[in-house]
Amino acid sequence: MRALLLLLLLLASPLRAEEVVLGLSRDTVSITTSFDGSEILIFGAVKREEPIPEGEPLQVIITVTGPMAPVMVRRKANVYGIWINQDAVEVDAAPSFYAVASTGPMREVLRDVEDLRQRITLDRVIRSVGAPMNIMDAASFTDAVIRVRQNQGLYQQLEGEVTLDEQTLFRTAIRLPANLTEGDYETRIFLTREGRVVSSYRTTIGVQKVGMERWLYEFAQENALLYGLMSLAIAIAAGWGASEAFRLIRQN
Amino acid sequence: MQIYLPIAEVSVDAFLILGLGGLVGILSGMFGVGGGFLITPLLFFVGIPPAVAVATSANQIVASSFSAILAHFRRRTVDLKMGTVLLIGGLIGSGLGVILFNYLKAIGQVDLMVRLCYVVFLGVVGFLMFVESVNAIRRSRKPIGPRKPSARRHKSWIYAMPVKMRFRISGLYISVFPPLLIGLFVGVLAAVMGVGGGFILVPAMIYLLGMPTKVVVGTSLFQIIFVAAFTTMLHAITNHTVDTVLAVLLLLGGVIGAQFGTQFAMKLRAEQLRVLLALLVLAVCGKLGFDLLVMPSELYSLSRPGGV
Repeated sequence: MRALLLLLLLLASPLRAEEVVLGLSRDTVSITTSFDGSEILIFGAVKREEPIPEGEPLQVIITVTGPMAPVMVRRKANVYGIWINQDAVEVDAAPSFYAVASTGPMREVLRDVEDLRQRITLDRVIRSVGAPMNIMDAASFTDAVIRVRQNQGLYQQLEGEVTLDEQTLFRTAIRLPANLTEGDYETRIFLTREGRVVSSYRTTIGVQKVGMERWLYEFAQENALLYGLMSLAIAIAAGWGASEAFRLIRQN
Repeated sequence: MQIYLPIAEVSVDAFLILGLGGLVGILSGMFGVGGGFLITPLLFFVGIPPAVAVATSANQIVASSFSAILAHFRRRTVDLKMGTVLLIGGLIGSGLGVILFNYLKAIGQVDLMVRLCYVVFLGVVGFLMFVESVNAIRRSRKPIGPRKPSARRHKSWIYAMPVKMRFRISGLYISVFPPLLIGLFVGVLAAVMGVGGGFILVPAMIYLLGMPTKVVVGTSLFQIIFVAAFTTMLHAITNHTVDTVLAVLLLLGGVIGAQFGTQFAMKLRAEQLRVLLALLVLAVCGKLGFDLLVMPSELYSLSRPGGV
């Protein structure tokens, strides 16, 4: 038994030859009233028991993934001269936010097999099980999700944006846009050599509303009737207040 | 100044929203329209999710209409009796409208139907109003023109209906059915199109019922407040999409705008007011129609499954 364990440890040890020690500039992002996006610094070091291995240099890939949710993608088509929504495909799960940063071009730092296994590039992160039978080009719907969200700054492909010094110290900065969804943002760091993942590390960054934002959001969800009445009361009070204020101004 | 909206989950420029509210408030005070047909597309344009934009503009309409109607109450230009009759029809109509809306959603073409409704109704109403009010201005310019005595003396079938009622402020003695039916029809449209319905109601009151323009604005505001409040509650309870922070920003701009609008309306003549409203309605109609005909730059759109 003990011999077996020892053997397992020996087999496992080459994988652990290089390990990530991580630092984050912040592990929670608070959405306040004045929230206007945020930048997170992700930095760390590679811990080694042995000298740096020979061969191709170490590469680092860093991903930040927002909460996954299904997305309905509709495509407009021209029918009798009018552009209307025609085909629709439901993408089963797509992250609300996704940033992938690497030390070099993706096809150089990562092999397809590893990408498939670890789901690192955007194409692999978005899951689409099946489109309706009548839609031949289901892939173009997934591409549309990527394109639309890239334009909104929600999907970021940051090739070459990770700096790696002496094959040991790495760092990158990820910009979180203002239109951020609440939830746990999974942060993953992969160390690769010759396109193979030699070590990985994961942690989460919590993004949540605080203060008044939190209170209003929960109120709207949990006490919808009261919240609706409150909204109406505010509206009527503001309408009445302004009307009275103007009357006073006119009288003077 | 950027501000994060808790329900819409986006960050927007507070002054931009204040400005939008102000603009719509001016129109609301001038014409007695809630402005929903303008504010909802404008909110889409600044990046507010459609479901939140529709629900929140309903809330904003309540505020700006309330502010405007107080001014009308002081001048006694609200026909409460007529307003109540219209409102009864309106609430029944919006109930039916919600059923229709859900049916359209089930067959997956609610977007198109809403847009087509906008184009058709804005187009017809805008065109008719424009022609009529230009004619009216032309007539009034002629010093001793051959006045047609009874252009406003109404369709006989409206007068032939039973259950007559006296509407003193409007100076009418007509059956309750025409206003009930108009209210019902506007209620259906309001629920489907997500607006107060003033742009249909105002011309219907002028041209079908023959109400004096002076009381039309106040009376339609009266009906709009209740229909918009009803819609707000419906959205708050079922979809949780009313954003109070967004609404407060809009209405801060809106209530101030509405006061200026009421002042402007006092200085302009009724026909001029109608020409302006007609042009505005036609402009929005043109923009929406244009969008349907021109190939969009992005053919694909994303939404939450099941959501609006």
